[in-house]
Amino acid sequence: MLTILFDGIAYGMLLFVLACGLSITLGLMNFVNLAHGAFAMAGGYVTVIMMNRYGLSFYWCLPAAFLVSATVGAILERLLYRPLYKASHLDQVLFSIGIVFMAIAGVDYFMGGQQQLINLPPELKGRFDFLGIGIGRYRLFIIVLCAFLVVTLQLALTKTRFGSQLRAAVDDGRVARGLGVNVSLVFSLTFALGSGLAGLGGALGTDLLGLDPNFPLKFLIYFMIVVTVGGTSSISGPFLAALLLGIADVAGKYYVPQLGAFIIYALMVLVLILRPHGLFSREGGR
Amino acid sequence: MISRRVFIAGTAATTALAAVPAMAADVLKVGLILPMTGPFASTGRQVEAGVRAYMALNGDTVAGKKIEIVLRDDAGTADQTRRLAQELIVNDGAKMLMGFGLTPLALAVAPVITQAKVPAIITSATTSSIVKQSPFYARTSMAGPQSAVPVATWAVKNGLKRVVTLVSDYGPGIDIEKGFTDQFKKDGGQIVEAVRVPLQNPDFAPFLQRVRDSKPDAIFVFVPSGVGSLFMKQFVDRGLAEAGIKLIATGDVTDDDLLNAIGDPALGVITGHFYSASHDSPENKAFVARVKKAANIRPNFMSVGGFDAMALAYAALKKTNGDTDGTKLIEAMKGQSWVSPRGPITIDAATRDIIQDIYIREVKKVDGELYNVEFATFPKIKDPNAQ
Repeated sequence: MLTILFDGIAYGMLLFVLACGLSITLGLMNFVNLAHGAFAMAGGYVTVIMMNRYGLSFYWCLPAAFLVSATVGAILERLLYRPLYKASHLDQVLFSIGIVFMAIAGVDYFMGGQQQLINLPPELKGRFDFLGIGIGRYRLFIIVLCAFLVVTLQLALTKTRFGSQLRAAVDDGRVARGLGVNVSLVFSLTFALGSGLAGLGGALGTDLLGLDPNFPLKFLIYFMIVVTVGGTSSISGPFLAALLLGIADVAGKYYVPQLGAFIIYALMVLVLILRPHGLFSREGGR
Repeated sequence: MISRRVFIAGTAATTALAAVPAMAADVLKVGLILPMTGPFASTGRQVEAGVRAYMALNGDTVAGKKIEIVLRDDAGTADQTRRLAQELIVNDGAKMLMGFGLTPLALAVAPVITQAKVPAIITSATTSSIVKQSPFYARTSMAGPQSAVPVATWAVKNGLKRVVTLVSDYGPGIDIEKGFTDQFKKDGGQIVEAVRVPLQNPDFAPFLQRVRDSKPDAIFVFVPSGVGSLFMKQFVDRGLAEAGIKLIATGDVTDDDLLNAIGDPALGVITGHFYSASHDSPENKAFVARVKKAANIRPNFMSVGGFDAMALAYAALKKTNGDTDGTKLIEAMKGQSWVSPRGPITIDAATRDIIQDIYIREVKKVDGELYNVEFATFPKIKDPNAQ
């Protein structure tokens, strides 16, 4: 029973790292970026290439996945995304889904369409029993790492100068610019951060969720659910939503396997009926 | 000076010489439709390697016809498969079709081949019901739960009486679950629980935990080959092996193509299947060497499906003496029997489906690489669903 809870939390944490970048671009920057999963996939493939081709340690792959995805994100933001900030949501959707298809085809061409596998370092493999709860080492690693990320992000957003600049830039770009905030730089950095987090999530998820060129489409729906259920106003909203979905998904599959994957959709419908703007919505937010 | 008689003889000889290549140049096109891109691209690559290996080993000419393969990529989507089949038959004049990576892709061409009277040899898709959909289908992969039934018999004989089944929730998975369960119960085993996992969700954690908590002797698994490797990892991570739960499966989980990538966790897994790259026969040695040389991959069961599809096509053409009439070709395919790299196989004259030996194998390390080493044979297994 507690093992299930533990697995659910690990799964939820992973979902959060994957999706929180999307909640930043969608919620804070008001840009519908369906290509978010493509950045996660980039992180995953960075890990696969570094580990399987060059034999580097898994621990080095995680920061590398973050940096590569963040850099790709920053470049794409400068070149492609920026002109579309003012465009309608439909244009943004069409544009970003196009990027997804290009990413899928590109990865398929260079890496092949098969499932990619990595071998985790031995200390992360297997599981141990703690007070009768079976605990997977890798899942524990994910939980600790993600918990650390959540706290850092929340603090960065609420307590630092950059956090307030970002919130100001989002709320009213013109006034923020008038007050001397370099809005376009703030957006660039934020976008890069979101992409980097997705890349990190992709790297962490390779072993748990699998990795093939269809990754961005396969998990797009999960990202969207996390963001819609969580609301897009803060970090804590998507975080709690991701946890809730992770636990519900795992527990649902354990107790009623016949319903399998349907549980989370039911949960989403329920939440959206009760709270159309998500669990945590911000008054007056766009 | 050349006399008239010598001249005529000479001309006749030249004409005769010229006539032989002209006859040989009588080209017969075989349409090969496979997913060469997309998530099932590895299937396409393997089948193509098998087809080309057969032609490399047996020449490209049979019964006076030069065989030309026209390869088309359907990316694993059924509407594409159907459109490509139509184009191949109508525009390219293909006299035979081959390939079809997945059940829906194979089903999609049924109306096309029935109307055009063009035989189609299925190299990969395994659902029982496909061959019934058109009288022009023949199959060289596997018929439904063929590989699962012997595993059930073997398990009961070896003291694994309480088993949980875990299959992917789609056509072939349900076929295999039924095939295994029926045989297992008949032999006196008990199914503790039957778990179906969604095809799209690769996190097996909750399902495996459920299996662990119900404490069976063994878990019987069927998942498509790519997902199989993920499954293996999580199986080991969750400590099911330590909890004394044996893993038995169909050969999809320990796919030759992926086995080395799964690595040591796969050691000792017992599977039942129709082909292993380590099968000990001269036919298989030649086949494996050829595929490794030409495509730089280890052939798997998909590859041998492609190889045998070509073998069947050649055999049928020999029997009809090069006649390419579709009805005659499919008639000629019925009852064909030959020794494939996988062992002896027959195309059932009644159902046009394959009858083959199923081997029980264990994953072992041979020369530093992992192989499915065969240790028991169940001869001449038919599709249990067709009986």
